[in-house]
Amino acid sequence: MDPEPLVIVEKLKKYFPVKKGLVFQKQSGFVKAVDEVSFEICRGETLGLVGESGCGKTTVGRTMLGLYPITEGKVVIEKLDIAKADRNKLHRLRQKAQMIFQDPYASLNPRWTVSAIISEPIWVHHLAHSEKEKIERVQELMKLVGLSPRLINRFPHEFSGGQRQRIGIARALASQPEFIVCDEPISALDVSIQAQVVNLLEELQDQFQLTYLFIAHDLSMVRHICDRVAVMYLGTLVESADRDELYENPLHPYTKALLSAVPIPDPKKDRMRHRIILQGDVPSPISPPSGCRFHTRCPMEKPHCGELVPVFKEAAPRHWVACHEIT
Amino acid sequence: MGILNIMIAESTPNLFVDDLETPPLPLTTLAWKRFKRHRMAMLGGVFLILLVLYSFGGSLFVEEKYANFTNPPIRLNTPSWQHPFGTDTVGRDVLARTIYGGQISMIIGILAVIIETSLGILIGALAGYYGGTIDSLLMRFTEAMLNIPEIFLLIVMAKFFGNKIPNLTLLGRTFSGSVVVIIVIIGLTSWMYLARIVRAEFLSIKENDFILAAKATGTSNTEIIIRHILPNSIAPIIVSATLGIANAILSEAYISFLGLGVQPPTATWGNMLDGANNYIESAPWLWFFPGLLILLTVLSINFLGDGLRDAIDPHSRAI
Amino acid sequence: MTKQPLLDVKNLVTEFIIPEGIVYAVNGISFNVNPGETLAVVGESGCGKSVSMLSVMGLIPTPPGIIVDGEAIYGNKNLFKLAEEEMEQIRGKEIAMVFQDPMTSLNPVLTIGKQITEALICHFDITKNDARDRAISLLDMVGIPEARNRLDDYPHQFSGGMRQRVMIAMALACDPHLLIADEPTTALDVTIQAQIVELVLQLKRQKDMAVIWITHDLGVVAGIADRVNVMYAGYIVEEALVDDLYEDPRHPYTCGLLGSLPRVDHRRERKLCSIPGSPPSLLVKPVGCPFRPRCQYSKEICQFETPKLRETSRGHHVACWIDIQSGEQISGS
Repeated sequence: MDPEPLVIVEKLKKYFPVKKGLVFQKQSGFVKAVDEVSFEICRGETLGLVGESGCGKTTVGRTMLGLYPITEGKVVIEKLDIAKADRNKLHRLRQKAQMIFQDPYASLNPRWTVSAIISEPIWVHHLAHSEKEKIERVQELMKLVGLSPRLINRFPHEFSGGQRQRIGIARALASQPEFIVCDEPISALDVSIQAQVVNLLEELQDQFQLTYLFIAHDLSMVRHICDRVAVMYLGTLVESADRDELYENPLHPYTKALLSAVPIPDPKKDRMRHRIILQGDVPSPISPPSGCRFHTRCPMEKPHCGELVPVFKEAAPRHWVACHEIT
Repeated sequence: MGILNIMIAESTPNLFVDDLETPPLPLTTLAWKRFKRHRMAMLGGVFLILLVLYSFGGSLFVEEKYANFTNPPIRLNTPSWQHPFGTDTVGRDVLARTIYGGQISMIIGILAVIIETSLGILIGALAGYYGGTIDSLLMRFTEAMLNIPEIFLLIVMAKFFGNKIPNLTLLGRTFSGSVVVIIVIIGLTSWMYLARIVRAEFLSIKENDFILAAKATGTSNTEIIIRHILPNSIAPIIVSATLGIANAILSEAYISFLGLGVQPPTATWGNMLDGANNYIESAPWLWFFPGLLILLTVLSINFLGDGLRDAIDPHSRAI
Repeated sequence: MTKQPLLDVKNLVTEFIIPEGIVYAVNGISFNVNPGETLAVVGESGCGKSVSMLSVMGLIPTPPGIIVDGEAIYGNKNLFKLAEEEMEQIRGKEIAMVFQDPMTSLNPVLTIGKQITEALICHFDITKNDARDRAISLLDMVGIPEARNRLDDYPHQFSGGMRQRVMIAMALACDPHLLIADEPTTALDVTIQAQIVELVLQLKRQKDMAVIWITHDLGVVAGIADRVNVMYAGYIVEEALVDDLYEDPRHPYTCGLLGSLPRVDHRRERKLCSIPGSPPSLLVKPVGCPFRPRCQYSKEICQFETPKLRETSRGHHVACWIDIQSGEQISGS
């Protein structure tokens, strides 16, 4: 029996209008950043959303939290439909769903002290009854993410990248959320710091039963941290499965190419490996290829791939894939 | 692989890592360091302090009535021990008038800049943050204002509003109502550049992830504008406001020189020059001392502003 | 079998003087590259890997940077002693460089063709038309489709991967003996990264040139390098053949890095082991071993004396006071 999912995304579409002209702006088309993406995340689970830059994975995360208006489709978090929610409900949701950002330099206000940064969700959602309680809460959060509470009045620029990311995590935790969108939280960090942050995220998940959407392009790290993985290409989902199933038995040709391109830190093994090198670049999302969006680069391309949009179907138990060649 | 196994056996290390690193210098210390390297700015700062002391401290030694005391028999006296800067066309002491005129000039500068800055921030912030139609409307209005020559605006408005406000009494002193008119006029005609600077700052700062983080947290737009973006764009605003004081003092001098500004008996450095053009050769002390004071003040403020820009806002040398 | 190294750098010290103090970016490193070899330089941001290469190329902005000490022998010349004109002859023609960000290293207002032909005309005495033909064959070589038509395109009309190919084409325009690639794939996606890595390996074999590949990604290194230098805080802490380094890492930092990498080809077995703390500030002149504050093996000696590179086995050098296998301090120091 599947438990009731905490997050349900159904046929989510997000188009950004492309405008031309300086004074009288005309709409000349759309960037189809996200096109019919569906997935579910159960309570306490980590779903990895991977793909190359420009595939729309960040847009999915932001649209889910109501930071961009939804073009079409449904996002339900904790039984609350984001598209239909009014201001008050959305405000309440923002306490329950939080976000961790990629860039630890741009995501913290440089003029605010650590105390002000971490306490922002606390005062916005009136979670503390007094100044003293607020400060105590901030200190507790700092300890939780491995920062000494002595540094409560320091400014972000006095911290290293990894420490700033910890501040960002503490801020996300401050409103006691249940669901956190981690938008490439480690890709801007040094290798030795990445492991620290990933371990911290895992510890916090265990401690608070958090549910993560982990957006990343580093497939090794996704394999390490996620329970289930969904692969995106040019705004659509091409494959999703449980972690080891996806890595050991990838079905979609794009997933296969992506996995074979990930370097392995083992020279002997790396030399034995068969690499699938994809030709060309990702096409523009303004005018994506017809039919299967991957057909222009696909090594298995058949004539009908350019005409029919493949259905996202369950090819094996809990293993979904969108490809004409897989039945 | 033996080593890896040893490391695996260890649990995640305790992460009180901050003691390992020496923090960089605080921003204020850095700014002061950069400012100190700017010799002209330091000099400007010192001169400005002296000028403020001169105008405001001077009133401890010279009474105001002395500045406005007309004594025709001693009109146009050359500088002497009794009247170090000479006397003017109706026999008032020029030294006393530069002291009290300086106060008014500086107050006009500061108050006009407060109006200018408030307007500029308000319009720039709304345009930059909300964008779209609001931005288009506000910016077209700003450009329209910029297209009218400022001097022209100043003169027309000064002529129109001049003499409509009666004399004011404040702290036991009487001011010509025209002082208020001039402050408002200068403020209303000079906010455009600042609005553009603020808009540009808002446009770039609002793209930062910390704004997105604030939105994701549920912080309201007003809070985001006031608490997040404004503090981050304060550096160019301070610089621009500093330079604005110099401009306001100059503007006041222009229109007062043309006789449309602050009306007698209240003295300003600007209206002391009014009429001095008839005595350029015969009584040079009439224009030399107020002129010199204006020059020194404006120069010091400009140097100070330059240094401030390098110190607190090192990325924007342009504008 | 002692080959004359192509480039031999000895005791390079580079510092930057900034308002906050002195940045000790490179603290006396020595390394060499043999002809036809791929040397990978691995380290985290701020470890001095790029600065050391820029120093060798004479591209450190002075001020604030200064090369305090050291020599870089190329052929029989010391690159640090050359006049600017002589250096210009070597730079680009004999030693070429590819940078991380292909967008900022190309001039956005000139066409790709113009930028390549200019470099060619500058170094060789050839006509404009010959240079154009040469440029087309170069773009062909790096795998840009329809090279002839794309010559008149501007950089923004190329994708990131394609721009990096153009950069490589420009670097190879004069058949250099040594290519220094400074994080050439960091800004690119994995599938594009695989394309570029493949391309460089293939070109290296074709032209028999040496490559110095600067990166922070130990995965890429495993696939491309013959030999590896691991850098930390301006020091080389370990130097080994690539197989030795991954099988038998000897420096605690290298061990920590390898232990903190998740694997795409293994099931998850454990938590990642992380190195506590963060790299030291370069504003403080390090006393003792730079890695000591984060090192689980550290002993008293590490506090006071900076370890020098010592050979542990053939071609495997490590700068550490501790024999990592026994956990004991090495004897006879």
